[in-house]
Amino acid sequence: MDWPLWEVFIRSRNGLDHKHCGSIHAPDARLALQMARDVYTRRLEGVSIWVVRADAIVASDPDAKPEMFDPAADKIYRHPTFYKLPDDVNHM
Amino acid sequence: MPAGYRRTLIRQIGQHAHSEVVGMLPEGNWITRAPTLERKCILLAKVQDEGGHGLYLYAAAETLGVARDTLIAQLHAGEAKYSSIFNYPTVTWADVGVIGWLVDGAAIMNQIPLTRCSYGPYARAMIRICKEESFHQRQGYDLLLKMMEGSDAQRAQVQDAVDRWWWPALMMFGPHDRDSPHSGDSTRWGIKRISNDELRQKFVDATVPQARVLGVTLPDPLLRWNEASGHHEFGPIDWDEFRAVVQGHGACARERLRDRVRAWEDGAWVREAASAYAAKQAAKQAAGQAAGQSGAPVAA
Amino acid sequence: MSTTCDGAPAPPDAASAPGLAAARCAVLLGYGDTALILGQRLAEWCGHGPVLEEDVALANIALDLLGQARLLLAHAGALEGRGRDADQLAFLRLEREYLNPTLAELPNVDFGHTALRLLLFGAFHVALWSAVQHGRDPQLATIAAKSLKEARYHRNHGADWTVRLGDGTAQSHDRMQRALDALWPYCSELFTASPAEQRLAAAGAGVDPAQLRPAWEADVLPVLAESNLRVPPPTPFRASGKRGIHSEHMGHLLAELQYLQRAFPGCRW
Repeated sequence: MDWPLWEVFIRSRNGLDHKHCGSIHAPDARLALQMARDVYTRRLEGVSIWVVRADAIVASDPDAKPEMFDPAADKIYRHPTFYKLPDDVNHM
Repeated sequence: MPAGYRRTLIRQIGQHAHSEVVGMLPEGNWITRAPTLERKCILLAKVQDEGGHGLYLYAAAETLGVARDTLIAQLHAGEAKYSSIFNYPTVTWADVGVIGWLVDGAAIMNQIPLTRCSYGPYARAMIRICKEESFHQRQGYDLLLKMMEGSDAQRAQVQDAVDRWWWPALMMFGPHDRDSPHSGDSTRWGIKRISNDELRQKFVDATVPQARVLGVTLPDPLLRWNEASGHHEFGPIDWDEFRAVVQGHGACARERLRDRVRAWEDGAWVREAASAYAAKQAAKQAAGQAAGQSGAPVAA
Repeated sequence: MSTTCDGAPAPPDAASAPGLAAARCAVLLGYGDTALILGQRLAEWCGHGPVLEEDVALANIALDLLGQARLLLAHAGALEGRGRDADQLAFLRLEREYLNPTLAELPNVDFGHTALRLLLFGAFHVALWSAVQHGRDPQLATIAAKSLKEARYHRNHGADWTVRLGDGTAQSHDRMQRALDALWPYCSELFTASPAEQRLAAAGAGVDPAQLRPAWEADVLPVLAESNLRVPPPTPFRASGKRGIHSEHMGHLLAELQYLQRAFPGCRW
């Protein structure tokens, strides 16, 4: 069977982002959307579905984690918790 | 990823996926004969869930580089195992309830630790499965509760089903730890986190009070509460039966595999047709784009 | 004379105008039986589909239909006023009392046959529920609105597969043509009003299914054309399930469906 693999992303009722929830095999895009709906939204999990052919996804190399992600580790000034503000304005 | 870890994972995830799919058959056997519309819907939803679980697990295995088709071919050729509990027949309607109560109950016990397993995609599939699984056990128990509140014939049918499924359910946890060939590796790699015997004991301790509430007796004259250990001790398991069933001599083993093979083979023309259609559409689109670029008329 | 759904005398305080109540009940039974029998046939696929994704999809459709059956039969039973609930109607009537069209009860031959039947019924139900949701019975209108959404999905699922199988391989095309040749003669019954439907339509209280035919053809024929399928020529054959005269398949289906209720009379589940 040469049905391609599709990754499924669902945005839930209250959510803002599409989250990856799994994959399905389907011969084409239209059936992929229908199948994703049947397999992954039976418990009202979603209001919006994206299906993407797995071979269209470009992913970072898991072995290249150090050079891809470590440089961010020492730039802690990007995180709001880095900044100690006076209590009265700390809700910013 | 070490080759041994990968191999063990594929074997375990594959076996789990096959079990879900074959597991659709014993209960699926009763969908058309469910006694009320509500029970029919509940059972259909449960069996549907099991198909979905198989799907999530094949998808998890796929992340390790093994195609679903490959795993299915192994199953159909008799080279891959699935939980032998599904080689027992569902003789009566009460069996459906007992499977939900005992078989799903045992499966849940096996599965919860896997939600913390070291391999992400498998753990994530397990989290999804466990969320859906809780209704499976509850509907089975509810089915039995209703029957036990019913006629003598209904009660007798429930007791008969319990008598037939209790020991096979205990065997679901596998051989004793000391006799288990794969446990060591799986534990070392963080795939298996609690031992067979520990899980089996947990299951017995949880189930005995449930049986009492139902009003059924469990078919083990040696089953009793041990004050000193704080657990229920139980009688010896018939490992000859276990071995025979695991080796493929269970009552329904041939039928289960035959049904799955038949579904797959009967569906070949459908899968091929869908692929052929997709290819034709892709070719048309490509031709359309090429014609658009060159200005030539599009072939009909 | 006012009667119950299956012809027995009704209590004098029937739900609406005398005579019309029995007709309304019979029509509801017909709608409910169609959903029930179609749902039963689709449920047979669970665990045996061509691919796991379809096991899940067809089960969803079956669940939709069984859900509709429960609502419609419950409404029929309440209207009848003899204390019969949805289960009693679903599981305890005799062959001649089921009012579904014969097309619904035909056994599944292969996946293509099922997909085509799904298209034919899906398109019919889109047309039917669209009309019924504007009717005078508020409970039925609510059921119709919900069922319409589901019917759209069923119709699309059936259409998508019919197209892919009709225009897939030579083998799939042949199977689909055979399926269409087999199923088409049963379609005219969908648009043939039963006496109860005629009664209600004449009183402005129900939908005459004959009116649905143009919309159904406008929906279905292009899909069949896109699937490279040839519509068979009309024949004198007329199915008669809506009159309770079913095919031989119905008896076997009911034997399976009703078995436990018959084996354990009066028991609760």
